[in-house]
Amino acid sequence: MRAWHFSETAYHLLPPAETYDSIRVSLPNKHYDPAKGADLYHRFLDEWLLAEDEGLDIMLNEHHQTATCVDPAAPLMLSILARQSHKARLLILGNPIANRNQPIRVAEEMAMIDVISRGRLEAGFVRGVPYEISPANSNPVRMNERQWEALDMIVKALTHHDGPMSFEGRFFHNRAINIWPRPYQTPHPPIWISTTSPAGAARVGERGYIQATFLTGFDGTKAIFDSYRSAWKAAGRGDDMPLDRLAYAAMVYVGETEAEAYAGAEKLLWYVTSNKVPPHFAQPPGYVPVEAGVKMLRGAEHPLSAFAKAATVEGAIKAGIMMAGTPDQVVQQIKAVYDHVGGFGHLLNMGQAGFLEHDETVRGIKLFAREVYPALQGW
Amino acid sequence: MAIISLAGVDIDVWEGGSGPPLLFLHGAGGFRPGPAYLDLIGKHRRIIAPSHPGWGLSGLTDWMTRPDDIAHLYLELLDRLGIPQLDIVGTSFGGWVAAELATMQPQRVRRLVLVAPAGVKTGSREELDIPDMFATPAADIEKMLYVEPEKFRPDPAKMTDEELRIMLRNRESFALFAWEPYLHNPKLPHRLHRVTCPTLFLRGAHDGLISAAYTERYAALLPNARTVTLPNAAHVPQMEQPEAFCETVLSFLNSEG
Repeated sequence: MRAWHFSETAYHLLPPAETYDSIRVSLPNKHYDPAKGADLYHRFLDEWLLAEDEGLDIMLNEHHQTATCVDPAAPLMLSILARQSHKARLLILGNPIANRNQPIRVAEEMAMIDVISRGRLEAGFVRGVPYEISPANSNPVRMNERQWEALDMIVKALTHHDGPMSFEGRFFHNRAINIWPRPYQTPHPPIWISTTSPAGAARVGERGYIQATFLTGFDGTKAIFDSYRSAWKAAGRGDDMPLDRLAYAAMVYVGETEAEAYAGAEKLLWYVTSNKVPPHFAQPPGYVPVEAGVKMLRGAEHPLSAFAKAATVEGAIKAGIMMAGTPDQVVQQIKAVYDHVGGFGHLLNMGQAGFLEHDETVRGIKLFAREVYPALQGW
Repeated sequence: MAIISLAGVDIDVWEGGSGPPLLFLHGAGGFRPGPAYLDLIGKHRRIIAPSHPGWGLSGLTDWMTRPDDIAHLYLELLDRLGIPQLDIVGTSFGGWVAAELATMQPQRVRRLVLVAPAGVKTGSREELDIPDMFATPAADIEKMLYVEPEKFRPDPAKMTDEELRIMLRNRESFALFAWEPYLHNPKLPHRLHRVTCPTLFLRGAHDGLISAAYTERYAALLPNARTVTLPNAAHVPQMEQPEAFCETVLSFLNSEG
């Protein structure tokens, strides 16, 4: 089991939520103080490097026009870490390739980071959440098709080394693909795909890429992993799927005492409770299949949105989207989800969010790394 | 309703009324038989109303991405129906399709009515000609569409699953075709001068999407176009003022010169 420290590098110093309509897409950037933002960037980079010192790997992600994650160009952040870190694996999860016009540019960025880090890149690719549509001016219809075509083009660019070649797809075209540098790892850095639906997981499993989830909890994750395993086997990869193909994501905070852990975990909940987004940004037409849209009009709600309305640490632990407590308690909580979903090889720890201060974040990382992580080895 | 296969796409075509043929091209909300304006026009015209690909019960294929794809499909429809020339009424998004079609075969259009049409960019690059419908709350959109939105507000609780499916699919298809460039084809203004048939631009006085200035600038791109504004209506005058709408449209279609 590998564990990854993850922070969304939020800018949490916002006016009261009732004074704005949306924390994403339309929140004016006059509310962003670059001086405070600079401090936060340096602080979050320090925390990733400290996590590395403690033996954890590093994960970051990308969002746009939002205070929840001020990392609109994740390869830039990762390139800093590629130089400043020395041993951690570096996971970007991920590149929102349904919203990037030039897949080849993405391949170039990934290859550069892989070379600078001497082969420590883990290259993740995502479709992008609904609120990414407006910032990218990206059509919400046919995003899955764009994502997969872009990925095929990127893999082709990363794996061919004999001079220019072409790719003429439905969405993307290049007649002279020949990236410099080529990646450090052969044939290419490990590829991760994040998905929150069983249908998406089947496509990932078919190709054997690493399947990540994000706060999908006990049952949501089980359905995704089941679907992945079935597709992995159906593609003729054998019966023994290595656990390193699957990654489970949760908010994680460890304390010396349960009270201390819960106090930190309470602050992590900002990630779900702060996500104020109106329907026209959260549900762009065509983002979800029509049948899912009908269910929503009939009252169905995204599990995470439903949870956010009355978010508690206890509720989050029960749902499997948070691990919080003393080291022993957290080991047990991880064990519970691990057994329920059929095991996984990666734990993606959201170890910082919202108002969790630097010293608190560091304490949580250290306690996890020293008191919990050793118990997970050999799983 | 009949399904007609065009270029490999099954298109649902509604026909009603009698008289000289008229192609009716619906807006983003889709086509439904029943409203009064169809009866009023149907007394004088044979209405041919296809549901655009991706709307209603019509199919959709991978290669279709822009309204001119739809216009090509309808030229094939007219060939299939053996109609060499006819009147065309296009509303909103359908007005855009009608304008594209008219530039492709100007001789095919006897008279053209564009009701609050999208399709061109007439103003500065720094400002939207048409408000961003995909970044606007539904409560504000309905006020742009209707003088009395409460009369036209869909109530999912009273709709069947099939009706909800169609509504959501219509919205999805609208996004697919209208997204970028937003509600316009940059090439269309440079083609419209060939559309020499008498053309009527019709607009509701309270339209919150298609402004009077936009309509005037759009109409100026066609050599033989005039504009009329209907009072007490917004973006969908055929629904809010069916009598005045039909009287205006029919009197234009029936007039000489």
